[in-house]
Amino acid sequence: MRFWIASAVFVGLASAVAVFISNEYVFFAAYTVLMYMVLATAWNILGGYAGYVNFGTPAFFGLGAYTGAVLYKAFALPLPLQIAAAFVMSGLLGLFAGILTLRLRGIFFAIATIALVVIMETLFINWRYAGGATGLQLLRPAPLWPFQSYITMLFVVMALMVVGSVAVARYIERSWIGRGLRALRDSEDAAECSGVPTLKLKLFACAVSGGLMGAAGAPMPMYLSFIEPASTFNLNYAVGALAGAMVGGTSHWLGPVLGALLLSSVQQIVTVTISNEINVLVVGILLVFFVVAAPDGIIGFFRKWLSSK
Amino acid sequence: MALLEIRNLSKSFGGFAALTGVSIGIAQGERFGLIGPNGSGKTTLINCVSGTLQNESGSIVFDGVDVTRKAAYQRTRGGIARSFQIPRPFFSMSVLENLMVPLGYVAKLNNKNSETEAMRILGQMGLADKAHAQSSGLSQVELRKLELARAMAARPRLLISDEAMAGLSGSEVDEVLKILFELNASGITIIMIEHIMQAVMRFSQRVVCLDAGKIICEATPVEIVKNPDVQRAYLGV
Repeated sequence: MRFWIASAVFVGLASAVAVFISNEYVFFAAYTVLMYMVLATAWNILGGYAGYVNFGTPAFFGLGAYTGAVLYKAFALPLPLQIAAAFVMSGLLGLFAGILTLRLRGIFFAIATIALVVIMETLFINWRYAGGATGLQLLRPAPLWPFQSYITMLFVVMALMVVGSVAVARYIERSWIGRGLRALRDSEDAAECSGVPTLKLKLFACAVSGGLMGAAGAPMPMYLSFIEPASTFNLNYAVGALAGAMVGGTSHWLGPVLGALLLSSVQQIVTVTISNEINVLVVGILLVFFVVAAPDGIIGFFRKWLSSK
Repeated sequence: MALLEIRNLSKSFGGFAALTGVSIGIAQGERFGLIGPNGSGKTTLINCVSGTLQNESGSIVFDGVDVTRKAAYQRTRGGIARSFQIPRPFFSMSVLENLMVPLGYVAKLNNKNSETEAMRILGQMGLADKAHAQSSGLSQVELRKLELARAMAARPRLLISDEAMAGLSGSEVDEVLKILFELNASGITIIMIEHIMQAVMRFSQRVVCLDAGKIICEATPVEIVKNPDVQRAYLGV
């Protein structure tokens, strides 16, 4: 109950801010922060709960973005349907990629997910209807009432998606699915011998994780009014999602939210005040710092602090 | 009819034949011992029976059902549970939660019931006071007991104990043996793999000795130690 009240307050605040603040850049930056919250939360479902490190975030995110763009170009589909379609497409990609790769463990799985990004990028570079290598220009429709601009509307949409993805992750974490995923992360053989259908659970986690990443990507073409393969399938998304979850802590749904909030906010501030090049460096430095100083992330650090008191 | 029927089972790793043509039948309620020198294929056999390895040829029939191509979790749900030679607890969980995994996935209990049931099993195993301890902080004997407790939580009809007593002291061996006798008395068929001969001799009704992936002898505990092939396999004379 408390969770849903907090979520309602969060979305309510976001909407109020969106209606009353007129400086568009604030929303342009905040949208990215919220998007990384969704990506990190989605990443954590497979990477944190199940322990399968996934570098394929851009593949799922990019497929979602292109699904949105192509559906908009072809049928002028409204945004909610673009997001739903992106969720389904990327979820299917997760399922399909999972069937091919989830029998691999550890580093081999991670490498396979990088290959997935390359495959997806190559595919879209060669698809002329979707703009090929040069990309696709898209005209935003008018924003819905009561929003003054499309960007502020997207900001609220992304706030809703944060709540949605966190609700999904939280449900998984607390249910029998989460217990099964933790069991297979600790020992896959022991989990099987305790009756856990490990392959099914991993496929489920991979599909949901991929689907949410795709949903997070769907509004991107509208956000930029433009889409092209090189930036859409950029590995920075993989690093951002992974780092958000690791910095925040992978054992609790709140971890990726806090981690992405911290990392992404710092990145946005650095981009504006120092330079765009340095913002990726910041992620690296923070990640190294947390791996050394607080290997269980912000959440793990506070747990230890609380239990020592 | 036998509860577990292993028919002509073979398994190789690359060019190395770990098991060749192994056939064993185990009756309902039996206490069965599996012995053999290191590398003789005992654990490979158990892995094939529990489903963590797939055998190339031969078949495994459990309670009249051919389980040869079934996944490990399906076999566990069907009634085959095992402990691991090197304990593999779910390190990130408490002892109680470790048991709640099979209780949720096999017995399909809800959280409340599975907690009660887990506490009952832990009491039986003498681990009740460790229920809320993190499983990564357990001692060797506690880890072995946890292995057995978690296997029990899967409500097996056949329990495979893979060297549950290796590295334990004399009194600890007695403790684990007592637990296994009690489980057997409650109707559970038990396969014991063990290097501690004294334990195997006391526990088993029938013993099979493996050497280099083949059965070299099947007899009662008293007879098997006198068998010249078994003595040769163990002592190399």
